Amino acid sequence: MTWFASPSDAATRLRQTGYLSDDAIATSVFLAGVLEKPLLAEGPAGVGKTQLAKAIAEATGADLIRLQCYEGLDEARALYEWNYKKQLLRIQAEDDAWDDIFAEDFLLERPLLKAIRSENPTVLLIDETDKADVEVEGLLLEILSDFQITIPELGTITATRKPFVVLTSNATRELSEALKRRCLYLHLDYPTPERERDIVVAQVPGIAENLAEQLARTAATLRALELKKSPSIAETVDWAHTLLALGREVLDEQTIAETLGVVLKHHSDQQRAAKELGLRS
Amino acid sequence: MIDRHIGFVHALRESGLPVSLAEGLDAAKALQHIDLTSRETLRESYAATLVKRAQHREGFDVLFDLWFPSTTQAPPKLRKDEPEDLRAELADLLAGDPGTPEFRAFAQAMVERFGQVQAGPGRQSWFSYPVMRALSPQTLIARLLGERGGLAEKLARQRITANIAAFEAEVATDVRRRIAEDQGRERITRSAVKPSIDRRDFLRVTKAELAELRREVHPLARRLATRLSMKHRKGDRGRLDFRRTVRASLQSGGVPLTTHLRPKRPHKPELVVITDASDSVSSFAQFTLLLTFALREQFTKVRAFAFVDTVDEITKYFAPGTDVLDAITRMTGEADITRFGRTNYGHVLTRFEERYASALTPKTSLLILGDARSNYQPPNTETLKRLTEKVRHAYWLNPEPRNQWDTGDSVASGYAAVVPMYECRNVQQLAAFIEETT
Repeated sequence: MTWFASPSDAATRLRQTGYLSDDAIATSVFLAGVLEKPLLAEGPAGVGKTQLAKAIAEATGADLIRLQCYEGLDEARALYEWNYKKQLLRIQAEDDAWDDIFAEDFLLERPLLKAIRSENPTVLLIDETDKADVEVEGLLLEILSDFQITIPELGTITATRKPFVVLTSNATRELSEALKRRCLYLHLDYPTPERERDIVVAQVPGIAENLAEQLARTAATLRALELKKSPSIAETVDWAHTLLALGREVLDEQTIAETLGVVLKHHSDQQRAAKELGLRS
Repeated sequence: MIDRHIGFVHALRESGLPVSLAEGLDAAKALQHIDLTSRETLRESYAATLVKRAQHREGFDVLFDLWFPSTTQAPPKLRKDEPEDLRAELADLLAGDPGTPEFRAFAQAMVERFGQVQAGPGRQSWFSYPVMRALSPQTLIARLLGERGGLAEKLARQRITANIAAFEAEVATDVRRRIAEDQGRERITRSAVKPSIDRRDFLRVTKAELAELRREVHPLARRLATRLSMKHRKGDRGRLDFRRTVRASLQSGGVPLTTHLRPKRPHKPELVVITDASDSVSSFAQFTLLLTFALREQFTKVRAFAFVDTVDEITKYFAPGTDVLDAITRMTGEADITRFGRTNYGHVLTRFEERYASALTPKTSLLILGDARSNYQPPNTETLKRLTEKVRHAYWLNPEPRNQWDTGDSVASGYAAVVPMYECRNVQQLAAFIEETT
């Protein structure tokens, strides 16, 4: 199946789900679809990497299967596992059952196997790939290049319908060259103020355009300071919700000083921002 | 198209981007699916298939603009041709959105108007400098800042500065395009691309690059910390966890099929950092202080020391939660690290042994950062040897290229015989050091 007809088609359909893309996002999402290659989205926290996968699933009407990576993730939790309790019961119930305990019935599907075997169009999200151990990358290589999984007892299972794979990474460590080579690469960064304004307008119904503009500009200024944790898009959106709830219509020094905690979560960052923006705090 | 594709891939490789054969093929395949007349789509499809690191993107964009130049826009209708009017026009554009075609068209027209300079007898060349001088956008800021004071000014200033940078980039791109037209693409390809930020020399970074480097430091410190703790978690496991094993065995009818082991108690690395803070390595020192600061947030037990010709503890200035730039200012103001202002490694080592020898224990890793240039003073290698014998690991990072070691007043190899010394001139080498040694 074709996922998207063209980059502009990708942009329009993502927009319909509320995800505003730009040239880079639309083109790489479209290419990942036609070339049937995984898409690796890398960038700081809170720029919408995971959201992108969800938006793709929603835009194409596909199922979303998510594999959350963490330190210590292993085959049994990523690929498949044998249901040994069931196998034991089977052996105890029938004496001559030794041959058929390695069959479909005893296989527990984990996200990767599920995505490969799915009959429906599927978006497979492998989230925070950089958090997993290096060995997991090796595990992913076979799946990502050939879309197949080898189970010693059953043989090789090949995807009937290739899933759309999105990997995300915060770049806490460099992913291996082998993995990167198999993927298309998309670097997501903080958006331009213009795009962020549009995002805020799309995500927060009822916000005035010029307030959204002010928010986006202020967020851009905050990101230019050297903070420990720059405000993410999600935090700007939260900020917009906060202002709306407080009934503020302009973003002046007073309002910023009162609501800074919504976007900056470190005390030293708040102090620094207050100093640089000339707030009284 | 194929020739151009191959030439482009080749130029990328030449400028240091690792583009594999398979990736080149992917890019070519992608070309079949996209609309080749849309330049931005073409750019992004090359970027998605060939550029796998964010740091390489800048160099990629420069080369892309050279190999796939934008169509020259029709020159905009300029109101008048006097420099003052042009400045007014620029002021209007700077207040607007830099993404518009008018913005680029204006930049191109300005290069046409001011950019050509006599480079030698009978030779003309293009430069950005005369364009920026003729228009001097920096002086427009004051005119553009409508509201004075407070937040509004801050926001406007930030926006205009960003737009000026965008204008400068457009001018530079157009200048490169014109040079390429006159003299051929291959000639300029080599000089156009700066090495990516992780390969830039610490000793020669500019102020703007230093800010960029700072952003690289935090991930590195985090990586160092995760690597240390991960290693210890993965390594040989501890004793049998009897309770968990028995509990697990209930599932298999009392037969302990899987054993559970108690995780080994994680080793808490202790770190002692000694940093050269003298002028000869000032930008390196800035960087290492930032690294120290970042490490301080990751490790519980870090003690940091700085020296010029005497040594003082600077741990307290770098307490987690403080602002790093303030910390550096306070440190240079308050810490007792200078007597005569000329680096003296020998004296520093002696002083360190006298005052802080207790900081070094068999659990400590010692990290010395400096260029080992001691102004012809005795190096005191013996003291260093005694210090390193007390600790678990000791490393020396030297910001100078290896071939300059031992030239002039450098006593690098004298120290290198005692402590393993690593050349650490850029972020890439620092990352390699972290990967290799921990």
